[in-house]
Amino acid sequence: MIEFNVNGVRETVDVAPDTPLLWVVRERLGLTGTKFGCGIAQCGACTIHLNGRPIRSCVTPVSAAQGGEVLTIEGLAENGQLHPVQQAWIDHQVPQCGYCQSGQIMSAVALLAENPNPDDAAINAAMNGNVCRCGMYSRIRKAIKTAAGVGIYDPAATAAASASEAEEVNHG
Amino acid sequence: MGKWSRRGFITAGVVAGGALVVGVAIRPGHRAPKLAPLVTEGDETLVSAWVKIDPNNQVTAIVPHSEMGQGAQTALAQMLAEELDARWEDVSFMEAPAHDEYANYMLGKGFLLGEAEVPKALVGTVDGVFLQVAKTMRLQITGGSLSVRATGAYGMRVAGAAAREMLVKAAAASWGVPVAEVQAREGQLLHEASGREAPFAEFASQAAELTPSYTPTLKDPKAFRIIGQSVPRHDIPAKVDGTAMFGIDAEVPGMQIATIKAAPVFGAELKSVDDAAARSQPGVTDVVQLDDAVAVIADSYWTAKQALGKVAIEWSQPEQTAVSQADIFAQFDTDMARATADGAEQEDVRVGDVSAALAAASQTVEATYRVPYLAHACMEPMNATVAIEGDSCTVWVGSQNPLGTRYSVAEALGLDVENVTVRNHMMGGGFGRRATDDAVVQAALLAQAAGTPVKLIWSREEDVQHDHYRPAITSRFKAALDADGVPMAWENQYVDKHEPAEAPHIPYAVPNQYIHYADSPTHVPFGPWRSVDHSQHGFFTESFVDELAGAAGQDPYEYRRALLKDEPRHRAVLDKAAELAGWGENLEPGRGRGIALQTSFGSIVAQVVDVTVNDGDVSVDRVVCAVDPGIAVTPDGLSAQMESGIIYGLTAALHGDIQIDQGAVVQSNFHNYPMVRMGDSPEIDVHIINSGEAMGGAGEPGTPGIAPALTNAIYAATGTRVRQLPVSQYDLTFSVEEAEEVI
Repeated sequence: MIEFNVNGVRETVDVAPDTPLLWVVRERLGLTGTKFGCGIAQCGACTIHLNGRPIRSCVTPVSAAQGGEVLTIEGLAENGQLHPVQQAWIDHQVPQCGYCQSGQIMSAVALLAENPNPDDAAINAAMNGNVCRCGMYSRIRKAIKTAAGVGIYDPAATAAASASEAEEVNHG
Repeated sequence: MGKWSRRGFITAGVVAGGALVVGVAIRPGHRAPKLAPLVTEGDETLVSAWVKIDPNNQVTAIVPHSEMGQGAQTALAQMLAEELDARWEDVSFMEAPAHDEYANYMLGKGFLLGEAEVPKALVGTVDGVFLQVAKTMRLQITGGSLSVRATGAYGMRVAGAAAREMLVKAAAASWGVPVAEVQAREGQLLHEASGREAPFAEFASQAAELTPSYTPTLKDPKAFRIIGQSVPRHDIPAKVDGTAMFGIDAEVPGMQIATIKAAPVFGAELKSVDDAAARSQPGVTDVVQLDDAVAVIADSYWTAKQALGKVAIEWSQPEQTAVSQADIFAQFDTDMARATADGAEQEDVRVGDVSAALAAASQTVEATYRVPYLAHACMEPMNATVAIEGDSCTVWVGSQNPLGTRYSVAEALGLDVENVTVRNHMMGGGFGRRATDDAVVQAALLAQAAGTPVKLIWSREEDVQHDHYRPAITSRFKAALDADGVPMAWENQYVDKHEPAEAPHIPYAVPNQYIHYADSPTHVPFGPWRSVDHSQHGFFTESFVDELAGAAGQDPYEYRRALLKDEPRHRAVLDKAAELAGWGENLEPGRGRGIALQTSFGSIVAQVVDVTVNDGDVSVDRVVCAVDPGIAVTPDGLSAQMESGIIYGLTAALHGDIQIDQGAVVQSNFHNYPMVRMGDSPEIDVHIINSGEAMGGAGEPGTPGIAPALTNAIYAATGTRVRQLPVSQYDLTFSVEEAEEVI
């Protein structure tokens, strides 16, 4: 039996200790927002937080979570209020297919928790493990900068920022 | 291409709760009499669109295309709402179920025939024949960048306009005023003179009594209020909070999880299997053998994956087991030479007299280019969930071709197609891969064998090694230049033509052209890959034009420009990209700028790439993209599609290389099939030119031009001409110091 908190809820699972956390979260706990992409920590689609740090859950055995705190995309919003990173993702219309975006958002949230105002190099370093086959890297970068330093989401401020960004992008 | 008439079937009625439903089924307008019997069956439904207006004035667009991130469903709803004069806030949409009525005729035609010029007199024949083909192939595909330019233009706008006209007529009749005095605006019907105003819904049932017009009046683009607006996509909120449901997220009571290993060599089959060790693993419920694959069914993916690794499999050794990548390229050379020697060249374009022009040339230029196989590598590995109950079956999947999937599953299981239900989900990437239903058929066979619902999930390794690949191709060119460097002849021979037909054609004014091809089939499965044949031919033709400019001693942009004097749209797009990129500026040593132009799926795209090459490393600094899609329905969505197509094409150009060794694919996962990532992604500037011409596609046209723009930039920076992709196999060792010494 392995016990840990997932999005603040105590969970007890009876699985082989080497089972990757990804499959426990998806198949046992039904939290399907976390995605399977490669199985070898090469794409970042499975990124979640364990004890506040981003991990690739496809290669992290569930035993590593014993007694720990797991945060998935489903636990990011608080009291119905999206996390500023999630809101920035909407404001910049970041997702296309959307499959990688749970992992991208979890990586970005972890980056901003550690470095509230990351420069391009810091964004590259933190986000390089997350592949987006739809190629939305420039939007992800802009969304991270929009969310940077935003402790509490202010719809008016982000709407204004996103409108000016849109002007820049669409010269036509 | 000959024009379609907008003639079609438009039907209207009231459904439960008093909602007005208007449906449009577009069919070809000019049909040859002898073909009429073939196409006058009751089910000759082609491009179809539906609109529903409920008693609360809520408008629902029913769209026959699936969502893989391209935003097509939102764009289609915009097109319908525009002509209906609905209030955008009242508009929602749903994906059409997989039924014959939603079969997409334009795609059958667009894919099989391409956009080759068809003499007007033959249009009827072509339409008739291709209608049959489209029906036979059961196409309900989202691909070919067709959603907006076919379903939107011929279906959604017509449905919206027809519904608006009926509502206006109903209101006019009820109010006793002339039809011309009633206006539709923002979901309301208005009669200004009398001050009357009522919501659409008030006249829904009266409108349904009227006979809809086959040719409702469409708006002048200048009057568009909703088309052309960057409205937020409806699918995005669910994609930031984990609630979006992809195929892999399907959950069915009692389902087991399977994973599979197919024969590494395409065409090989199972010879012997020892599954004792796998079966003894806790949680494993079954090990199933298919003709060319073994699957383990278990209580979780991890259990199944671990157990599959314990199955000892011996595969048959068909002759293709000896085939390597070098053999394939050698075969292409042999088959091209043989076609020429045997007089069996298959003609693509023949204009003027290329031989004479070559003989009279001041200078001839020759080059051979090659591109490798490419996997799609969608982020969501292939998967499908199937539950069989008695003689019926339900499939949960994300598919670009849900209707085709329905038929494939019915055939595989020996079921009546009416008893197969496909529940289509969002796709974690499609790019053409999800038009092929191999994994769904496997899942159906596994569910049948296991006697329980089964969710089949491919490993990433299976996904990379059992794709339907973008074909490897060789293409050869020979050109004649006159004394001023102007091209007088263009000869091009390549292997294996697929779709669209016009992919190898050039927009440039070259008086003598001979473009031809030879068949050279290989054992490697192929399928559509973002932009299909344009993905190869864009690289070939735009590299060779660049080489001609070099041979002529002219600037690559100015050289192209001069050859586009009769193509004002192309020239405007090329000019805009060059202008925004600062073409003509002096760049420091080690930096280079390249340009390319490619028209595909109805949209014209020019791209300028800036690179820095230092010590063998290529850094792509910036991409400027100008696009003329006719009219951009959702400008921000179009821009996003260009950004996406650019990164997809850049990944392929820099790194993409699926190699065949001993009959099988060498690469297996993202470590040896690498992707462009955040750290190497360039700044991208997209500029949209709304020329007002016919609407073009968005999903694919961003991809073809990026590889040649990149390699032309590398040539400008280093003098190395990349004639075989990917770039990563070239030694571009070039340091800034050396460059300065040379100068």
